[in-house]
Amino acid sequence: MAADTLDREEIVRLAALATGDEKHEASSYSTLDALMVLYGRVLRVDAADPSWEDRDRFILSKGHGPAAYYAVLCHHGFFPESWMAGFMRQGGRLGGHPDRLLVPGVEASTGSLGHGLPLAVGVALALRAKSSDSRAVVLTGDAELNEGSNWEALITAPYLELNNLTLLVIDNVSTSPPLRPIAPRLVPFGWDAEEVDGRDHRALERSLSRRPGTPAATIARIGGTQR
Amino acid sequence: MTDMRTSAADTVCELFEADPRVAVVLAEISVERFAPAFAHDPRRAVNVGIMEQTMVGVAAGFAMEGFHPVMHTIAPFVAERALEQLKLDFGNQALGGLVITVGGSYDYASEGTTHHSPGDVQALFTIPGAEVLVPGTGEEAARLIRSTYDNGRLTYLRTQVVANDRPREIEPGRLAVERRGAGPTVIAVGPMLDRTLEAVRDSDATVLYATTLSPFDARGLRAAMTGNEVIVVEPMFAGTLAPQVAEALADRPTRIRSIGVPREVIRKYGTPEQLDAVVGLDAPGIRARMFGA
Repeated sequence: MAADTLDREEIVRLAALATGDEKHEASSYSTLDALMVLYGRVLRVDAADPSWEDRDRFILSKGHGPAAYYAVLCHHGFFPESWMAGFMRQGGRLGGHPDRLLVPGVEASTGSLGHGLPLAVGVALALRAKSSDSRAVVLTGDAELNEGSNWEALITAPYLELNNLTLLVIDNVSTSPPLRPIAPRLVPFGWDAEEVDGRDHRALERSLSRRPGTPAATIARIGGTQR
Repeated sequence: MTDMRTSAADTVCELFEADPRVAVVLAEISVERFAPAFAHDPRRAVNVGIMEQTMVGVAAGFAMEGFHPVMHTIAPFVAERALEQLKLDFGNQALGGLVITVGGSYDYASEGTTHHSPGDVQALFTIPGAEVLVPGTGEEAARLIRSTYDNGRLTYLRTQVVANDRPREIEPGRLAVERRGAGPTVIAVGPMLDRTLEAVRDSDATVLYATTLSPFDARGLRAAMTGNEVIVVEPMFAGTLAPQVAEALADRPTRIRSIGVPREVIRKYGTPEQLDAVVGLDAPGIRARMFGA
């Protein structure tokens, strides 16, 4: 079997240790492949030094269904497997939405929708002010884009010429007001936006690795609530 | 004397040039006042446009990277509209950032109710660990900014048009004893000091001056208090500071009275001074509310 397949099985096994958030299960698994690709092939991070200054910054904006996120971080060694069983439980460090002060590798505490993208704009600005070549990558859900604060930031990022910012939208058709197609809505603001198959690792890697000179958006389409 | 808004902007620009970790994030308001910062290093000075939520989120992003962000706009549009961003992006994430507002209470008296914000301080009190500063002059605003801009905590500094005639030797975080008496203890908040002194001129009241409201100087109050009555004169909703006073004096039988902006929508126009008179926050009004007409 290919390494990706083995990794996926392992991450699914780890995520399954985190029980108690079944209402967000679809949300969690919709992000799984993209998170695997980010941490396995795209992001510059070091589990041994989560605060490494030259790391790329990843923000899970929607915060919902973080079991896959925790599983990926665990798989890459940010914290031990024993933490997974404490998910959402007294004494555990892994909450129903991630807390940057409790979990190594978590850049931002999220959960209330519409906060991560403005934070990522600020992080990208700060990285530029530090003359860093690190990137800010932020993941939102398609339904999360209902929040108006995202549209403020979507206007702002190209205006500020943030070529070190990547937006990853997991589009599993979970928004009530129809939003598809998302990419063409972002292009007029100045985003370099494209849609890819959210389960296609090669396509995700190519799209998430690009730095087009403007803010980049990857819309990862997941079929309905497919897991 | 330099007004609070000008003094605050000038001070931030000086800090911006002196400390490469200062970032300025604006939402269209007062951009011209921060021109020196934009000229010095536009990578750390940003105007996001009329987007207060984004202003706070972007500033928090700067803070995540070790900067000391300063935000600035009209009070209700950040303290109330973007309260969740202040709470989550800064408060819950334990990040530091300085919010400097204009338009406290009804400074935009001629603009109407949409620009009023007598509840801003009370809103900030809901964020654990947030510091709240209400200076009474431009010089005091500068001093408070210099002492808190890099404190690592969310800090809210409210500037107002109305001001005291002269600055006091304030110590950040502490109540100052302005007048010692043997009667009731009066706490005058920020720009309420001069008019409060005028109101109590014939009484034996002790007058304390508050410019740091959170953390509240409970020890200072307990040490300086005279009598068994505390009267707070505050330029925001009446009763805003009462919980802090009550907690500080929980073991002492004390009567607490609050003289501030009434909890009603003020559908009147004019100048801030005229609205002060309307709501009883000028010296005669304060005197009447303290001692009767």
